[in-house]
This record gives sequence, structure tokens and C-alpha cells, in this order.
Amino acid sequence: MKINKTEIVDTFAEAFEMCGARVIITADTKQWARAAAASMTGFATSVIRCKLEAAVECEIPEEDTPDRRPGISVLLFTMSNKTIAGQLIDRIGQCVMTCPTTACYNGLESDNKVIVGGKLRYFGDSYQISKLIDGRKLWRIPVMEGEFLIDESFGIQPAVGGGNLIIFGVSKNIALRAAIAAANAMREVAGIFLPFPQGVVRSGSKIGARYKKLIASTNDAYCPTLRSISSNTVVPDKVEAIYEIVADGLDEDAVKEAMRRGIHAAADKGAMLITAGNYGGKLGKYNFHLHELAKSNKNKRI
Amino acid sequence: MSTTLLKLHTPPQVPLETEVISPTSLSGLSESGIEHLQVMHGNVKAKLGDFFKVTGKGGSDIHLEGDLSNVKMIGTGMSTGKITIDGDVGMHVGMGMSGGEILVHGDAGDWVGPEMSGGRIVVKGNAGHMVGSAYRGQPAGISGGEIFIYGNAKNEIGNSMRRGFIAIGGNAGDFTGVNMLAGTIIVAGEMGIRTGAGMKRGTIASLQSAPMLPTFEYSCTYHPLFLRFYLIRLQENGFRRIIQDKHLNGKYKRYSGDGIELNRGEVLLFAR
Repeated sequence: MKINKTEIVDTFAEAFEMCGARVIITADTKQWARAAAASMTGFATSVIRCKLEAAVECEIPEEDTPDRRPGISVLLFTMSNKTIAGQLIDRIGQCVMTCPTTACYNGLESDNKVIVGGKLRYFGDSYQISKLIDGRKLWRIPVMEGEFLIDESFGIQPAVGGGNLIIFGVSKNIALRAAIAAANAMREVAGIFLPFPQGVVRSGSKIGARYKKLIASTNDAYCPTLRSISSNTVVPDKVEAIYEIVADGLDEDAVKEAMRRGIHAAADKGAMLITAGNYGGKLGKYNFHLHELAKSNKNKRI
Repeated sequence: MSTTLLKLHTPPQVPLETEVISPTSLSGLSESGIEHLQVMHGNVKAKLGDFFKVTGKGGSDIHLEGDLSNVKMIGTGMSTGKITIDGDVGMHVGMGMSGGEILVHGDAGDWVGPEMSGGRIVVKGNAGHMVGSAYRGQPAGISGGEIFIYGNAKNEIGNSMRRGFIAIGGNAGDFTGVNMLAGTIIVAGEMGIRTGAGMKRGTIASLQSAPMLPTFEYSCTYHPLFLRFYLIRLQENGFRRIIQDKHLNGKYKRYSGDGIELNRGEVLLFAR
């Protein structure tokens, strides 16, 4: 099928079940909140090597944050609920607690919780103080600036990782323009984050490699420079560049909605072809079919 | 939700002990059944109906009317529901309550919410001594819940409290937070002398300056972010005129004490 002149391949994106948490970072200024969030979400593009995927979800106005200061929502996903607590403790401890004026709160209501502030409190070396207000347990950890405030525990929930679009362009500029437009549209969906830089990936990977020690390697089928030598190539003659967008979400509907918006946005910006990555449907729990998403009304949310 | 109305028709000559006035005790009873509940008028057994006209079956919402300043122990041990008192109320209101809410549209006597573990008591007027305190000889006072007094309260607020939140919109008497184990007390007005005497842990905050015991040492002047949570909660619960943005955003002098105990308690006094 086509949207405008953009070919939408009859295929699906295959996504996986992950474990998600939402962290609210507040600070005296937006700048400090952003600094902490940027630090916390560094080296968090893919679970393949980073052990988790994370990115900023959105900025939160003062009136909507727990302490009425400027805030940022960060989503963090791991492959297992056994590893997420450690990641939260490490990243909050090293990237948020260290950042001037910040505080850190749970942003996910869930019956399933992991202890985070309750572990980081030991940094207070017995000088830490707990406060319980309206059912919320907070820890005050003394630091050189004053105190670092953090929730005792953080909610976690099943999440969806690996929603994706692969965008082909007749030139690098056109492909990138379409990918950026798609990423911007997808990022607007609540509960969605795009873990790669600006949401766009140029080095999509395939499972395995000719080198036995590698679990993933360059996706030669999508590399324009290998069109003439890779037997797997899917790159059409006129295509000069391909970008992938990976979208992780707190639930299936959020990922669907993000992909739907992304398809239309990329098509509007002149993508030549849009497809998606999958493993034949054998590995992931979720399959998002592009034609189903593309058929839905451009302006109507799923 | 139906309301059970208890209207005082005969003011007691001596204190009337009414532990039975709680949603749990009244639940499911008819008007007659409620009026036949036993109370103590001084040292004499009496019936609730000797003093109150009851309208409506017993439920989770109880409304009391009249001058109840000589009526004690309303809401004892309540765990759910709501009691609204239109008028003054006597001593020991909300004794040992674990949940629900008591709202007093008047003054309260001594011992508001002694040894409560949960729920909320709101007194729109003034309160007497020993708000949220332990009974004499008991090791700990309140272990949870909230007590909001819009007006003044007298001595020994939060005596030996272990957890929970007490807020006084007006002034406090002497010995606020005496022997406090943990928890939070906020006084919007002025506090008397010997604040925090013998406290081990916990927070006493005031929006005014206060005389400090020599066993408390000044640490610093800073912005305690955690305090915003309490102040915002107070703003949302009728203290908006008293708790202003300058109190949310301002700095507080922090004193650590009591030096004769663990020295892990704190008194925070609004600085600017």
C-alpha cells in the first residue's frame, strides 16, 4: 500500500516484553533537571550492550510535579524485573543524586515496586532521615549542598520494547528528514520513549555475526554500500540511506499509536519506503503490522 | 451514604464518656439501638439516649450537634468512616483511632488523638494540652495519622510521638515535641519554651522564631525540600491563608538535638 508516494511494506515490527519504570526528576531549574536526566539516560540505547534502554519521556510543568518544581519524566526499561532495581539504584545514585538541586520521585503507580531510595539511603551513613507523608515514604540523604530527597520505592510494570520503523530515502537528507519527523511525532505519545540519539538509528543490527563472539552485527541487508555484494540486500536501486526508529512504550497501545504517527509523519516528509524489523514473529510477544497501522486515520488516535 | 445524627438534648453535668460514638460501634444499629448504648456519666452508667436524640440508623457517617465540651472519648478506636462535630468537644477525641476522619467545627479539649495510629483529626478551633501525645507512663504517643488544629494548642503537643503529622495553625504552648521519637510537627505560630526537650528523632518546624534549649545546636540555614510536601498538604487542607509561598520556598534555620538524647532530632525555624 502507499501513503502519498511512500510505499508501506506489508510486514510487521516485532517487539518484546520488558520491565519498565518511570522516574520523575525535579530541580530548582529546568536546566538542572535536564542535566540529571541527560546523565541518567546516557549509554542507555539498547539492552544488547547497555543493559537497559532509557530516555526522557517529557518535561513536566511545576504544578504537576510532587514538589512543585520543574520536572522531567524519564522512562527506563530492562529485559527483566530482576535487573531494574540495580539499574535504578546505580543511575539515580550516580547521575541524579550527584546533580545540584535535584530530587527523584517514583512516576509509576503499580502494585509491583522495587526499593530504590530505601537502598540509596545508606549513602547517608546513618545520618539519613525518613519521612512518611500521606502514605509516601521519602528519604532525606544529607549531601554537601543540603539534602537529596528520594522516594523509598519505585513502581515497575510490564512494558514493550522494540517497536520500530525502518525508513528508506532517495538521499541521506531526505531519509533523515523523514526519520526526524517520524521520531518527533512518535515522541509525543505519552508513555513512549525513543532510546537512540534524537530517536534515530543509523546502525540497525541483525542477530549474530560471522564472528562467533558477537551476538549482533551490522544489518547488511539494509546497508546501501553492500547492495551489490550482500546476498541479503533489500535496498532498492534509488535508495541512498536508511534509518531506523526504535520505540519503547509502557504498553502495547502506546507503541501502536507511536508507530502510526511515525508512519504518517515519515510519509509526509518524502520517505520512499517504510518497513519494519522482525524475526519472523518467533521471538517477540508483540507484532505490529504496518498496514493495519497505516490504514488507521492519520489524525485519529488508536 | 446515610448520616447518623446525634443531637445533644441534655448537656451532661459531669464529663460523659462516650467511647461508643464511633462508626464501628454504631454500624447496623437502629435509632433505638443507638440510644440504648451504655455511656458513663461521671461514675454512673447511663444510656446514650439520656443525652442525645438519635436520627437515622448507624452508619459510617456520624454527625453530632450541641455543646459537647463535656463529652469525652468520641471516636475512640475508630478505624473508618467520618465523625463531624458541630460545636466544641471534650477530652480524648479520637483516642487510639486507626482510620477515618474526625472533623470538629469548634474547640477541642485536652488529649486530642492520644496514641492514634492512623486517620485524621481536624479541629477548626483551638485545642487543649497533649495533642497527639502518649498517655502518662506509656512509651510512645501517636504512631501514625494526621492531626490538624487550625487554632492554638497548649502544652506538650506530640509528647513521645513515634510517627505521624501534627500541624498547629496558631500558637503552641511549652514543650512542643517533648520526648519525641520521630514524626513531624509543624507550628505556624509561635512556640513556647523547651521545644523538643528530650527528643530523639523527628522534626519540629515553625514559621516563627523560637527560644531554643541550650542542648540544641545550630547547624545551618537551608531550604529543606521535604518540608514542601507537608506545607503543600497543609495548603490543601485549609491552611492556605497561613502557609504562603514564601514558606514553601524559604530557608529555615536547622537546630539539631536534643543533645541529652540521640541528637538526631531537628527543629526548623523559618528564616526568610
